[in-house]
Amino acid sequence: MSTLPILSIIIFLPLAGVVLLSIINSDSKSGIRNLKQTALWVTCLNFIVSIVLLINFDQTDPNFQFTENYFWLNSGISYHLGVDGISILLVILTTFLMPFCILASFDSIKFSLKEYLISFLILETLMIGVFCSLDLILFYLFFEGGLIPMFLIIGIWGGERRVYSTFKFFLFTLAGSVFMLLAIIAIYIEVGTTDIVYLLQYDIDPSLQYIFWLAFFASFAVKIPMWPVHTWLPDAHVEAPTAGSVILAGVLLKMAGYGFIRFSLGLFPIASSYFAPFVFTLSIIAIIYASLIALVQKDMKKLIAYSSVAHMGFVTLGIFTFTLQGIEGAMIQMISHGIVSAALFLCVGVVYDRIHTREIERYGGLVNRMPLYAFVFMIFIMGSIGLPGTSGFVGEFLVLLAIFSVNTYFAVFATTGVVLAAAYSLWLYRKVIFGPLIKEDLLEILDLSYREIIILFPLAFLTIFFGFYPQPLIDIIEPSAAHLISNIANDLSLIEPTNQIESIIQMESNY
Amino acid sequence: MSIFLPILPELSIFLSAIILLILGLFVNNIKLIINLAIASIFFAIFLVLLQPIQSAFNNSLVIDEFSKVVKILILTGSLASIIMYHSSRKDLNINLFEFPILILLATIGMMIMASANDLIAIFIGLELQSLTLYVLAALNRNHLASSEAGLKYFLLGALSSGLLLFGLSYIYGFTGNTNLNLISTVVTPGNIGLIIGIVFVCSGLAFKVSAVPFHMWTPDVYEGAPTPVTAFFALAPKVAAIALAVRFLIVGFSDIAFDWQQIIIFLSIASMVFASFAAIAQKNIKRLMAYSSIGHVGYALIGLACGTSQGVSSLIIYLTIYLIMNIGVFSFILSMKNKGEYYENISDLSGLYKTHPYYAAVITIFMFSLAGIPPLAGFFGKFYIFIAAIESNMVLLAVVGILASVIGAFYYLRIIKVIYFDENKNSFDGFKHRSLNFLTHPAAFLILIFCIYPLPLINISNYAASSFF
Repeated sequence: MSTLPILSIIIFLPLAGVVLLSIINSDSKSGIRNLKQTALWVTCLNFIVSIVLLINFDQTDPNFQFTENYFWLNSGISYHLGVDGISILLVILTTFLMPFCILASFDSIKFSLKEYLISFLILETLMIGVFCSLDLILFYLFFEGGLIPMFLIIGIWGGERRVYSTFKFFLFTLAGSVFMLLAIIAIYIEVGTTDIVYLLQYDIDPSLQYIFWLAFFASFAVKIPMWPVHTWLPDAHVEAPTAGSVILAGVLLKMAGYGFIRFSLGLFPIASSYFAPFVFTLSIIAIIYASLIALVQKDMKKLIAYSSVAHMGFVTLGIFTFTLQGIEGAMIQMISHGIVSAALFLCVGVVYDRIHTREIERYGGLVNRMPLYAFVFMIFIMGSIGLPGTSGFVGEFLVLLAIFSVNTYFAVFATTGVVLAAAYSLWLYRKVIFGPLIKEDLLEILDLSYREIIILFPLAFLTIFFGFYPQPLIDIIEPSAAHLISNIANDLSLIEPTNQIESIIQMESNY
Repeated sequence: MSIFLPILPELSIFLSAIILLILGLFVNNIKLIINLAIASIFFAIFLVLLQPIQSAFNNSLVIDEFSKVVKILILTGSLASIIMYHSSRKDLNINLFEFPILILLATIGMMIMASANDLIAIFIGLELQSLTLYVLAALNRNHLASSEAGLKYFLLGALSSGLLLFGLSYIYGFTGNTNLNLISTVVTPGNIGLIIGIVFVCSGLAFKVSAVPFHMWTPDVYEGAPTPVTAFFALAPKVAAIALAVRFLIVGFSDIAFDWQQIIIFLSIASMVFASFAAIAQKNIKRLMAYSSIGHVGYALIGLACGTSQGVSSLIIYLTIYLIMNIGVFSFILSMKNKGEYYENISDLSGLYKTHPYYAAVITIFMFSLAGIPPLAGFFGKFYIFIAAIESNMVLLAVVGILASVIGAFYYLRIIKVIYFDENKNSFDGFKHRSLNFLTHPAAFLILIFCIYPLPLINISNYAASSFF
């Protein structure tokens, strides 16, 4: 196994699928069926390969595994791949969600299916590349490249205001990311390489760390998204086709969370600890503000989008506590949100395909006609609230534990977010599922089809499974997270004491 | 005879231009003349590749690594525009055998510019190129806009040539030399007369590369001139004029780099920022490409402003990628037609992807690449430019450049928006022209796969930069 470039295979298998798709004639009915089958099988195959990767993954080893290193631009910038306990789960999440996205698009995409599927497969390649890259330039390439297919997916197959939304999405993310590019170039000039493994060991000059941290933060804060640069997300979510929303919430937001853990914490620990209160403040605002806004939404997708902003607030809170629980909690929260919010968007897609509206007011009493739907929807709503027994609880609990040990006030504010989440989620559920079934067009609505059952039930199972038994996730995350934390503690202990003493002396002399 | 060996490529093009001119009078076969012109360009490329490093005519022309690389770029640009002319001459109704010959003559001028190491040679090359370009801009005699473009270009071009000549005379007066190497030995910081000379020369050159604030002619000329001519303007003369500026400033005045760097930095920032805002409101795709070229020149000038080896090499990378992208875009623009009528408005492209998904994908690749989105080649062009800028501590230039690129992304995205998101309303002939496809497809392919193996271009550009440092 060691000689097989398994990561490159996972990254570029979807591209091979693109080649296959592009030669299939899509004019006839059987051609369309072939397109769907090919895309589905390619993504399934990729998921299987990534499971092979997971099986061969050594959970006790905190270092990067399955590394591949080839000459690329020059001796400092190489094609370097590898996964550790933090990134492998996100790779699996990506490959896991892709077949569902393809399945969910079978009926809802009415035109240009071929281009649609090609866009999705290209997007998969780029997303997996982000998590596997061990070189900053390579990372940036995949990170930014993802904008192209997503721009087209929202713009072509989106809803009414799709052009506005997709431009907003593209320009917001691009504007954030270009600063990261400049910082990467500056790091390259400062250190002479952009190899992440080397940089993680290297201590970047503290005075430069602050600038670099801010540049990286600009990129990830837009992407994750944090308040106040979150405004592109609700628009993009509302207008994107169902599968686009799933990928956006399920994977694209995680790229930023991953970036925070890997780069902000790993490369700039001193700046990270300096800016941690700032991040906490923004996260708290995001949690409370987004939850309050979610309470007054009329559009189902918009409500879930704002809940994403709030959930991502927990992720950033957890990451910047610099504790093991915090990072584990953030990771589990990301995985859980990847499953739950993806499933919620799929649930919205189910009823949207039938009634063609996302307005909450237009629904009501669905439980009478769609009991199965009401059942799975409930599980995901509970997961979104973070009810004990669902995966959402594990992540939020660990994060709250970690933030409580760091700062009680932040913990108190963060906890209100959980209450608010219960408020808007349950309100959504009550409005849509319960109440009298009086709306005309709902009277004949059909329950889940087999295809939809195949899509939703595995996700529901995982939500419950990880809620009761998150140990497999923790086993994978823990060694790498512990390794990261000890590295950070090392770096901080080298610098912090003198700094702290100096600042204390300065403060004393001021008074 | 051996005295002419160093200028053999120029000589071969010159001879073929003269022969073709006579041939054109007697033979009424434009296709033959075009083919011969293409053959002579290939022959010249071959000769350039074979040439050893040397200098000629008392060091007033140098054939070094830089000039060889630049000449190949120039010849490629000329070649592409002749092919574009060939494919569109019937539909444009400009069946003139002079076109390839004028291109050849302009090419000689540009090749001299690439090699010029002497103030006189600089002016000769520049004027030979400019005069031919004036004629080319007005080539479509029956078309009002084309005549207007030619006249406008001529008036402003003559003014800028005057400025340039004035500057050159200042430099000669204050150094007593016309050879750049000799000038560099007597250049001393704080010589105001010399700086005035440099300022005038830089303004003249800024006009030729259409850098802000000397860009006013560009949109009108680009729009008015026949499209193959516009393509030629965007391709070869830009490369030649920037190469000239590089040699002039770096060989002659590296000792007072601080003084001219300010000028270049200003031109660069002004071009990048102005172009990205001004392009947003454009409706004509040729006009849009004019602003796009202004912006790209701004980025290329960052490389020059650095004045370092990395700067020059990144500039060569940038120009090469720029050339490939523009060849692709302009051959695409020439394919935008229906029943012999050319579309020039961006809105005419609306819904293109529904009828021609493949070509829509190709133009999308070019647009994303022009916007500098990874993993396409345009990103690497900007990437190397920014490396050079940050390495020379010009962080401000890099920050402005990168912000301008975000704004610039908007207008490239607008074309993609029109192609993909808008409703289809026009029909197209269907991109059947073989010779245009011969340009578009390899260009798109190169842009797409550049990220996989960028090493050859990087080596070539380092090779080119090695002649100065």
